[in-house]
Amino acid sequence: MTHKVLIVDDEPNIVTSLQFLMTRRGYLTQVARDGEEALAAVESFRPDLLLLDVNMPKVDGYEVVQRLRDAGWRDLRIIMLTAKGRETEVAKGMALGADLYVTKPFSTRELVDQVAALLGSP
Amino acid sequence: MQPWVVVVASAGYLGLLFAVAYYGDRRADTGRSIIDNSTVYALSLAVYATSWTYYGSVGRAATTGVGFLPIYLGPTLMLALGWLVLRKIIRISRRNRITSLADFLSARYGKSTALGGLVTVIAVIGIVPYIALQLKAVSNTFEILVRYPVIVSTTELSQPPLVQDHALYVALLLAAFTIVFGTRHLDATERHEGMVAAIAFESVVKLVAFLMVGLFVTFGLFGGLGDLVTRAAAADLRHLFTLGDDTGGYSSWLWLTVLSMLAILLLPRQWQIGVVENVDERHLTRAMWLFPLYLLAINAFVLPVALGGLIRFGSGPVDADTYVLALPMAEGQRALALLVFIGGLSAATGMIIVETIALSTMVSNSLVLPFLLRRHAVRERDLPRLVLGIRRTTIVVVLLLGYAYFRVAGETSALVSIGLVSFAAVAQFAPALLGGLFWKGGTRDGALVGLAAGFAVWLYTLLLPSFAESGWLPASFLFEGPFGLGFLRPRELFGLTGMDPISHAMFWSMLVNIGGYVGVSLARRPHPAEPGQAALFVDVKTRPTSARLWRGRASMDDLRRLLERFLGPAGAANALDAYASRLGWTQPPVEADPELVDHVETLLAGAVGTASARVLVGSVVTEERPGIDEVMEILDEASQVRAYSRELEAKSRELEAVTADLRAANERLRELDQLKDDFVSTVSHELRTPLTSIRAFSEILLDNPDLSVDDRQQFLRQVVEETERLTPLINQVLDLSKLESGRMEWEIAAVDVGDVVRGSAESARQLFAQRGATLDVHVPHALPPVLADRDRLVQVVLNLLSNAAKFTRTTAAVDVSVHDGQIRVDVRDDGPGINTADQQIIFEKFRQGEDAGGDRPQGTGLGLPISRQIVEHLGGSLWVESDPGRGSTFSFTLPMAKEERS
Repeated sequence: MTHKVLIVDDEPNIVTSLQFLMTRRGYLTQVARDGEEALAAVESFRPDLLLLDVNMPKVDGYEVVQRLRDAGWRDLRIIMLTAKGRETEVAKGMALGADLYVTKPFSTRELVDQVAALLGSP
Repeated sequence: MQPWVVVVASAGYLGLLFAVAYYGDRRADTGRSIIDNSTVYALSLAVYATSWTYYGSVGRAATTGVGFLPIYLGPTLMLALGWLVLRKIIRISRRNRITSLADFLSARYGKSTALGGLVTVIAVIGIVPYIALQLKAVSNTFEILVRYPVIVSTTELSQPPLVQDHALYVALLLAAFTIVFGTRHLDATERHEGMVAAIAFESVVKLVAFLMVGLFVTFGLFGGLGDLVTRAAAADLRHLFTLGDDTGGYSSWLWLTVLSMLAILLLPRQWQIGVVENVDERHLTRAMWLFPLYLLAINAFVLPVALGGLIRFGSGPVDADTYVLALPMAEGQRALALLVFIGGLSAATGMIIVETIALSTMVSNSLVLPFLLRRHAVRERDLPRLVLGIRRTTIVVVLLLGYAYFRVAGETSALVSIGLVSFAAVAQFAPALLGGLFWKGGTRDGALVGLAAGFAVWLYTLLLPSFAESGWLPASFLFEGPFGLGFLRPRELFGLTGMDPISHAMFWSMLVNIGGYVGVSLARRPHPAEPGQAALFVDVKTRPTSARLWRGRASMDDLRRLLERFLGPAGAANALDAYASRLGWTQPPVEADPELVDHVETLLAGAVGTASARVLVGSVVTEERPGIDEVMEILDEASQVRAYSRELEAKSRELEAVTADLRAANERLRELDQLKDDFVSTVSHELRTPLTSIRAFSEILLDNPDLSVDDRQQFLRQVVEETERLTPLINQVLDLSKLESGRMEWEIAAVDVGDVVRGSAESARQLFAQRGATLDVHVPHALPPVLADRDRLVQVVLNLLSNAAKFTRTTAAVDVSVHDGQIRVDVRDDGPGINTADQQIIFEKFRQGEDAGGDRPQGTGLGLPISRQIVEHLGGSLWVESDPGRGSTFSFTLPMAKEERS
């Protein structure tokens, strides 16, 4: 069955590139442009994995993770993407329940491999 | 009963007392004190119960019923509740070797000679009649007893001629006894162990005797308490059980209780036993319940005996004051009557001995010695003998004065009511003492004024009226006031009526005493020697030793000789060795330092009092005695110390202020640091975002050679777009950094703002055109120039125009105008406007407001902060006015070049 990936970022160019990478790898994708949209999309789209930007208007990435984990989304894989790479921020993201924390700019190959590993597909 | 039986029994009893005292002294000499015992301490405190208690309580109970009680409730309260005060006094006395109440007050108020003297005089005047009362009790009971089995009233006793008056011999015998045990030698602690042992012993004797009478009356004469009370009720004695009007009501009760609370502390004999003779302050813990228990026991049968006497003798000739003796006599109980007499004798002798010892110490140390020493009337070598001589003389003189008063006053009220009058006299010490213990502000002058005023009122309202009642003053003094001045009637001063004489006197004397003490203390500055002593007393727990201004130096030899005279060679050597070993001296120095001088003075104070010790030590310090220069120097030093301390306080306040400033600056630096940190973090974020796209698209292009041409084109275009986004960002960050650090290079010249605006508008017109909007430009001709950097000014106008271009719907406008020597530029758009909350935020770095429609604009978020900094650097200001929904106007002003304005 095809895995579904939800891409959450407010930078259109980054969204374009991520969408290309995920579609190319064979995943079904959907895009959300901020935290609120993301939360709604998780309910409707029911993705297996979230590519989640941290720095967004309205509801930020940390809060999205927290709310999802609190709401019982245990199996949903979450990779946080951030342009802020300080130790404390990484620790915060992981503590809140992200599966992976990737700093921008990232290597596209590595990101694709990490997504595949998390989804358990070769 | 044969007089010789009574005399032999009395002599035998006094001999026994003597033996106990002798044994006590022997034990003390061998270091095995029998008075180092809390029970002995509590029993010796019972010296409070004199023959006045022993006989007089019953007399008082017979007339006022339960009215005799406050005299014993007061001490009970004081011991049970006020023992902390007593402990503090004991500590202070121990530490400063204070040996009398006069010495205590003198030391507290700067070692004042005058105060010690005044206290002594008041004590002697207050106590002599009290001693007379004891002699009278012994004499009367003796006379009654030898007439056994006939019972005579005291009023029937005629005064015998002087040589046959055994009261005189009793007085002389007691003087001898007191001299032997009170003034055998001089001792720094001024303790009399043998005497205390004897007092404890006599306390037991008088208690046993009184209890025997009580038991005999209650259970022998009557059928127990129930029977006694029933018969009393039948005899119409009910009023004795109530607090009726004849006991003076509650006010009297209150005043009497307060008075006796103070008496247990301030009577010279109580001070002697309770403070001076106290070996260990821990003894208080037992005394605080054992002594009240003793008082309870000795008072338990007062009312039964009084009732028994009233029932037995009715309104017959027998004096209620002698019921204790008369009841056993009337029933033929010879042995019991003799025991009662011995008990009364015991109570009287105990009081007399301790009182005279205490007074002799006060008279010699606080009155005579300071006087003689100041006059240099004595050679110092004779002093120890002189001190003992003064004390022995004082003892004899006080007893003879007591006897003389007894002979003169006889049966008059000047004697009968003297117990409470004495209490009221010593109560005058209370404000200065208690104030001195807990209030550092109390001063010598305050104490002197309060004490003198209180004492004067006491004389006027209590002593003189009793003289008037005895017929020594005209009775009109009492009833019409002196010289017929009614408002000065001594028992209704200023028309204050409705109080019994004691309460009335206490009210007025305490009013002027406390008023004078507090008022003068507050109004006048203390003498230089006072604050140190005050602190020493009030803070006794926290200050182990004294530190003072005295700077005397003396040779060791002189000090040693001085000590030897008063403590003996062995005592002096011991004292100095102890001091040396404490300081770890191997070789005593030739010259003593001020601390040692101080120490010697303290040691001597134990023997001769603080004020005299000061004079004695003063005589051997290097300066013969403090001359005016030295005194001035000490005073000067004191004021200098004060000045220093004020300066120090000012400095410390300054320091606090500086510290606060530093803390604030540090806080500010920390904030700036945090801001810088945030800035770097934000810049890094802003750079990473476009780089992410660039890297992602580049890798996609690299990894996917099979991409369609369209995709390839689009991705490449996006790479270029992001790169373009990076360039201004980097430039702006650099600009900002230069602006903020002040390293921006400015090329200032006269600039025509109109030119700049027209040029910039031309470049920006394309941006508006892309959005299908137009830009209107209004620039007046012949504008005065401003001094500015042209390129920076272009940057500002372009920034404002490009911002406007992002939001304009149809029309934007740029206007240039001249106002008040300023050139003003307004850039107006008809976009969504800016929320009020965001109108400040947009000028902060990297902070982009949301437009009124909720969208975030494109851009770095650095343009406006940079523009504002540039304008401000050029002497103008930049701001925004916006009406959400109707567009915004960004405006800035610049000052015209100077020559143009003038």
